[in-house]
Amino acid sequence: MKKPVRLRNGSLVGLDQIEVFTNEEFYSLAADHFAEGLRLLAYFAMNVSHEKHLFMLLADDENGQVEILRSKTKSHMLSLADKIPAVVWFEREMHEQYGIEFAGNHWLKPVRFSSAPERKGLPGVTDYFSVEGSDVHEVAVGPVHAGIIEPGHFRFQCHGEKVLHLEIELGYQHRGLEKMLFGAPYKNSRWLVETIAGDTSVGHATAYAINVENLAGFKVTAEAEIIRAVALELERLANHTGDLGALAGDVGFLPTASYCGRIRGELLNLTGLICGNRFGRGLVCPGGTGWNIPTGLKEELLKRMQTIEKDLIGAVELLWNNAGVMARFDDTGILPKEDAIAVGMVGLAARACGCGIDSRTTHSYGAWQRFKPVISTERSGDVFARASVRWKEIKESFRLIREMLKSRDGFSGEASVEIGELRPDNFAVSLVEGWRGEICHVAITDVNGKFRYYKIIDPSFHNWFGLALVLRNEEISDFPLCNKSFNLSYCGHDL
Amino acid sequence: MLNILKTRIQQKYRTHSFPNAEPVLPANFAGRPRLDSEKCVPDCHKCASLCPAGAIEAKNGKISLDLGRCIFCRQCEKACSAGAIKFSQEYSMAVNSAQKLIVKDSEFELAERMRDDLLKMFGRSFNLRQVSAGGCNACEADTNVLNTPLFDLSRFGIRFVASPRHADGLLITGPVTQNMLLALQKTYDAVPEPKIVIAVGACAISGGLFRDNAEVSNGAANLFKVDLFVPGCPPSPWTILDGLLRLLDRR
Repeated sequence: MKKPVRLRNGSLVGLDQIEVFTNEEFYSLAADHFAEGLRLLAYFAMNVSHEKHLFMLLADDENGQVEILRSKTKSHMLSLADKIPAVVWFEREMHEQYGIEFAGNHWLKPVRFSSAPERKGLPGVTDYFSVEGSDVHEVAVGPVHAGIIEPGHFRFQCHGEKVLHLEIELGYQHRGLEKMLFGAPYKNSRWLVETIAGDTSVGHATAYAINVENLAGFKVTAEAEIIRAVALELERLANHTGDLGALAGDVGFLPTASYCGRIRGELLNLTGLICGNRFGRGLVCPGGTGWNIPTGLKEELLKRMQTIEKDLIGAVELLWNNAGVMARFDDTGILPKEDAIAVGMVGLAARACGCGIDSRTTHSYGAWQRFKPVISTERSGDVFARASVRWKEIKESFRLIREMLKSRDGFSGEASVEIGELRPDNFAVSLVEGWRGEICHVAITDVNGKFRYYKIIDPSFHNWFGLALVLRNEEISDFPLCNKSFNLSYCGHDL
Repeated sequence: MLNILKTRIQQKYRTHSFPNAEPVLPANFAGRPRLDSEKCVPDCHKCASLCPAGAIEAKNGKISLDLGRCIFCRQCEKACSAGAIKFSQEYSMAVNSAQKLIVKDSEFELAERMRDDLLKMFGRSFNLRQVSAGGCNACEADTNVLNTPLFDLSRFGIRFVASPRHADGLLITGPVTQNMLLALQKTYDAVPEPKIVIAVGACAISGGLFRDNAEVSNGAANLFKVDLFVPGCPPSPWTILDGLLRLLDRR
């Protein structure tokens, strides 16, 4: 048996170089490699004449490589769920999109209720996993929630106040975005990827740009890479700050909630200073960046950061010194490390369980090869750990941005030349550590160098099930706090 | 306790005196575009062909730009060497009807206050239910930010409430996905009459970048009578606040 192809983050391979294994070889390679510590990045199907080709991407975090397993089927596969629990969502997705049956997956329920190829009901009006017995009751929450947030449906099976099981049903935000990239790049593609998850515009735009550049054989300048990295860290800072404030709000500690709400805005304004848009729209584009950071702007950013950091330390230190807050954060919503690994958690939620994965370091790319982040972890896997990892990362992001900005007088990354045609029949993968976690984009080109397939995996796609797990045996009243401690994307999942 | 008080003093009083003072927006902020067809090079149409949102129409030597579709990416401005399209710093751009979103060479009509009988009811206490129907969380975030101390929305008597039954209207974001249609309709129905509908962002106004995609319904205006259109992708919080205040006759 041949060895599977391995890639580095941000590189590509000819589609014909990817070995097609028999189903049996595929199953055993996947299960063995997962057992050896590889991590599931993606698992998706693509139409190839009358068959479906399945691609499984596994991350080797120790060696910074991505392994690609490929197999094919007409319609029937075995489920790998008992060997790799993390595949469950992906198998459900493939069943919904391509009608593939996975024998052994107990319920191939749609994950998005997409209208293509055919609508199988609506989210919220389908069957749920349910618990029966005396005194067991069901609580339904959503899709329209109390606050200004995206829609999703949460179905709790409870015994008294205790949650026995939580089923998270999404799909309300499904816009058919992935499909809009088939046949691309189009003129709207670079703008479209910025809306995959609006709070992660920079992260997704970067992942997309890296794929396009690799397929075009285009190398962006070091200055452009730094502007992108600065923008990515500003995005992390703003969101982490907002989340710490929201966590404080959810336990009724209003000072930090109120200060962080404002400071988050100040951080968004820093991104606004660079490109005019608080969410970094138009800042990252294939070929470089849409905007520069000239010397004067650099000085202004550094100056404002100093004030913001001081205000933020004051606001957040209140949390750790308040016994009431700590009593609510500690031991609430615990996710054990072994469960986190089994279900394939990524990003800050994984790091809060002690998993040392951060694609800026473990699959280093761009500016991160020069400016190395320290991976922030905690061990307890509870709300406290997820809050604490955010705070550690905030401090680290401030350090990184300063170091990057101070490395030159100014930065000119503006894309001025056409990046050219994309290589036909190639397979490119990029991993970007967004503020929630690892963003994975896969681009496969056709004979004309257009996207024959484009796969987007927002970290939320991996992590929603983690939230469901931590609610087991928790009080239902702890749901808002647990939910906020993950703060996952609805549209990033639903695309 | 002492620490909390000390921090309170350090954090200072931060609420902006808007609308009595004007906000300072970043130099690169893309506000309401100004068009000047006089400057157009005949048969150029570069702006229209480049626009990723299909917001620009160029015919008979006249250009027009639909703010309801525009994502403010500035590609048209960049491409137009004649300078016929320029994005200003003007953040006020909310209007009362879809026709008024079309920017031409002439004047732009900003939103007017709501009807007198409605104003009497909602003028000093205006409660909104926000519904995201396929929004990417950018419009949602920049609406939510109005509750932070800088904007302090409640000082205008405007509040976002949890139940549609307590609301005087809906503020809708997103292109309205097929999967949210039912929930949005039910939420709308649950708001007592008379009610106000506000569409925030290009998606909610026209479907935005997702326009004519089978999974979406091209925004809220397709479903309900919309009283206030707030353009942007996402709109600046100042644009949203300005629109709300115009509706309440506070601007």
